[in-house]
Amino acid sequence: MNNPAAIRAIADLFARQTLAVLATDMGGHPYASLVAFAATADLRRVVFATIRTTRKFANLELNSRVSLLVDNRSNTPADFQEAAAVTVMGQAAEPEGAERERFAALYLSRHPYLEEFIASPTCALFVIEVERCVLVSRFQNVAEITFPP
Amino acid sequence: MKLVVTFADEETRDRDAVGGKGCALATLAAAGFTVPRTLCVTTEAYRRYLAATGLGERIAMALGRKDFADMRWEEFWDAALRIRNLFLNTPLPSNLREELAGELAPFAGMSVAVRSSAPAEDAVEASFAGLFESFVNVQGIETILDHIRLVWASLWSDRALLYRQELGLRVGESAMGVVVQELVAGERSGVVFGVSPDNPSLAVVEAVWGLNQGLVDGTVEPDRWAVARESGAILTHFTPQREACLSPAGGRVALIPLPTERADAPPLAEREVETVFALVRAGEELFGIPQDMEWTIHGGTLYTLQSRPVTSTGPDSDDLRPWYLSLHRSFDNLGALRRHIEEELLPAMEAEAAQLAAVDTAKLSDGELADAIRDRREARRCWEDAYRRDCIPMAHGIRLFGQVYNDLLRPDTPFAFMDLLVGTEMSAVERNRMLEDLADLVRQQPELREQLRHGIFPDDPEFGEQLAAFTARFGDLGWITGTTADDAPPLAGLIMELASRPPRPVAVSAGELTERIAAFLSRFPPEERRFGENLLELGRAAYRLRDNDNIILGRIDATLHAAIEEARQRISGRWSPDLEGLDIPGPGRIAKRVQPIRPNDAEHAAVGGPRVRVRQLVGQPAGRGIAGGPARVIGHPEDLRSFRAGEVLICDAVDPNMTFVVPLAAAIIERRGGMLIHGAIIAREYGIPCVTGIPGAVERIRTGDAVTVDGYLGIVTVATEG
Repeated sequence: MNNPAAIRAIADLFARQTLAVLATDMGGHPYASLVAFAATADLRRVVFATIRTTRKFANLELNSRVSLLVDNRSNTPADFQEAAAVTVMGQAAEPEGAERERFAALYLSRHPYLEEFIASPTCALFVIEVERCVLVSRFQNVAEITFPP
Repeated sequence: MKLVVTFADEETRDRDAVGGKGCALATLAAAGFTVPRTLCVTTEAYRRYLAATGLGERIAMALGRKDFADMRWEEFWDAALRIRNLFLNTPLPSNLREELAGELAPFAGMSVAVRSSAPAEDAVEASFAGLFESFVNVQGIETILDHIRLVWASLWSDRALLYRQELGLRVGESAMGVVVQELVAGERSGVVFGVSPDNPSLAVVEAVWGLNQGLVDGTVEPDRWAVARESGAILTHFTPQREACLSPAGGRVALIPLPTERADAPPLAEREVETVFALVRAGEELFGIPQDMEWTIHGGTLYTLQSRPVTSTGPDSDDLRPWYLSLHRSFDNLGALRRHIEEELLPAMEAEAAQLAAVDTAKLSDGELADAIRDRREARRCWEDAYRRDCIPMAHGIRLFGQVYNDLLRPDTPFAFMDLLVGTEMSAVERNRMLEDLADLVRQQPELREQLRHGIFPDDPEFGEQLAAFTARFGDLGWITGTTADDAPPLAGLIMELASRPPRPVAVSAGELTERIAAFLSRFPPEERRFGENLLELGRAAYRLRDNDNIILGRIDATLHAAIEEARQRISGRWSPDLEGLDIPGPGRIAKRVQPIRPNDAEHAAVGGPRVRVRQLVGQPAGRGIAGGPARVIGHPEDLRSFRAGEVLICDAVDPNMTFVVPLAAAIIERRGGMLIHGAIIAREYGIPCVTGIPGAVERIRTGDAVTVDGYLGIVTVATEG
């Protein structure tokens, strides 16, 4: 963690945004989906959920490596100066037992209206173990943050 | 803004702050009317509660699953119950709770009424009272706070949702005020209309013994006086059969029999009728328009409980919403209705079905056959009317039970009460069990299968006996599947298909059910246990009757089908003047409750353009579980004949006469929405995943599509290549 400003910017994005774009691997083809997410305070883990009949779930079963984009664009020209985006890379896995409970609680604290969804046996809760973050701000400023394994 | 205000406070003149009821009461009190001691909980309290708990977003989620325009009224009830459960399970944040408890402290140790007071209610509420909830005889600060949440929840009641446009209901904007009023346990109570809805020259005074709750919800019939508006002269007095009155009992109100001296006397003397009339005239003078006022007399003092304008909207025959509101019945009212249905209506319907079925139509002359068809059509029309009048309102017993269950147990899921309604010995389940028994014989004896394959019913005596017993009770199902004499016997194919897979037992064992019931009843204090048992029995009866009445109606349909089929055979071979002009339909059209579908291939077949296909559809979870299989779209009753074991049943609407294929199904998807539709009821008996309320399900899914039905979340996924 050698760039405190970048870390703060990522933390800010994670705190303010509720939705992210998740990319999974569909037989060698990137497959993007919009998901509701929550992140741990240390930014090392990102939680999302999906039902088990979706394409992204099928993709994750075959390849757990994912990428996730979180951004704060407002769909105006000002975005080129003001918007920030972070691309998260890592590996997704389904926690079990008490682990799942813990991450489900974190997730529901951000998205209380998804309680019924999370409680369903057909819902899979995934945690991305974050390996690397790429932060883009002011159009072309790029910082890369790697987390030790 | 303050959370709680008194009539002395400025806010009570602001309708947005305290709602219509609170505002009117403050105006009355200021003008010197005798009004019970009242505190108004402002809309600010509602807003703070929603903001602090995030409930607003959850309400939006519950209402946003589907476009209102696509929702059936039954689905409004489901959505309202979900929202009500959210309020029940979301406690007041502690600071808000403490503030409110402090303000309401004057009511500690007192019985109160907790009444809804919505800012927007007057326009419609005056015409259709009871869109929102009010509770009478509530005791203790904690209980009052609980009931305030229930009144808040009723801003989103099924009835309010029905009038959402008139009320201007908007999640995030609408709010509810609450009036907390000392309960005046009047000896006589009633309602007075400053102008009669039927005759503008009259006012109407209605009165009952005891509390007026019984009058308002229709449980107790009132004495009624028509008074000339001009002169104040009493013109007529209607005397009802006075039997009972509502009276505070414990933390509820109870219907108690009237002692003879009260049953024999009108609740008001003529002089008192004049006093009540004077009250409504004074109210009209104060507000400038005729009023509809609730009043009570206690210890010789006349109290005004509430006042609202009478709106002169005449009945609009195209607006069916008042009819829906009339389905909302009280416990006592439903008890009487149940006895009528079980003891009179259904036995009479069964007797007529049996009598008609005993006539061998083949032996009738053409003229007699024509008469038989006319008679049977008339019989069906009459029984359908009775069904609509009595059986449909009976379903409210299920709702009432569900509401009490949720109030008492506060379950995580609002429909947990359905678990107590399975195993009610529905006729459809009995029918399916008899079919499984026949299939069992076929499974055991391969030679029976061979005979059935060739379209002949086996000569095995046991099989023959069971088959005869089945057809005597349920017919041969040919009238449902539109089978004619030229087709293979419909039962043969069905029994073979049932025999091709292992038997499907009902999902819940008797032992499990007994445990669930015991757990439910244990939540009642001993003195209330009897009420719990009665309520459960009413709920289970309503649930069972909802299915069974259709089965009996089906037997009337079957006799009509038999007569029509006979006529069809006769006129296909020769001309018969007697059978002319009877409008004999083609085969398969008796089972009219399946809507014929118009296949919509536009999504699939835009030539040269992009191809659009459905991948995932969201409906309402109505039967737990997840399962998949090839889709079988039932567009016409005949399609039921092709149903194969392991397929997913996709239909517009099924009635209980068609649910014999359900034990074959891997899952069920129905266009009609609601937890109480027949497809869902029978699915839960077998533990089959079921999703309801998917608009265009039959058009958007095709027979053969591989579908997965998530009955936990109400999601249907259609497999697509790639």
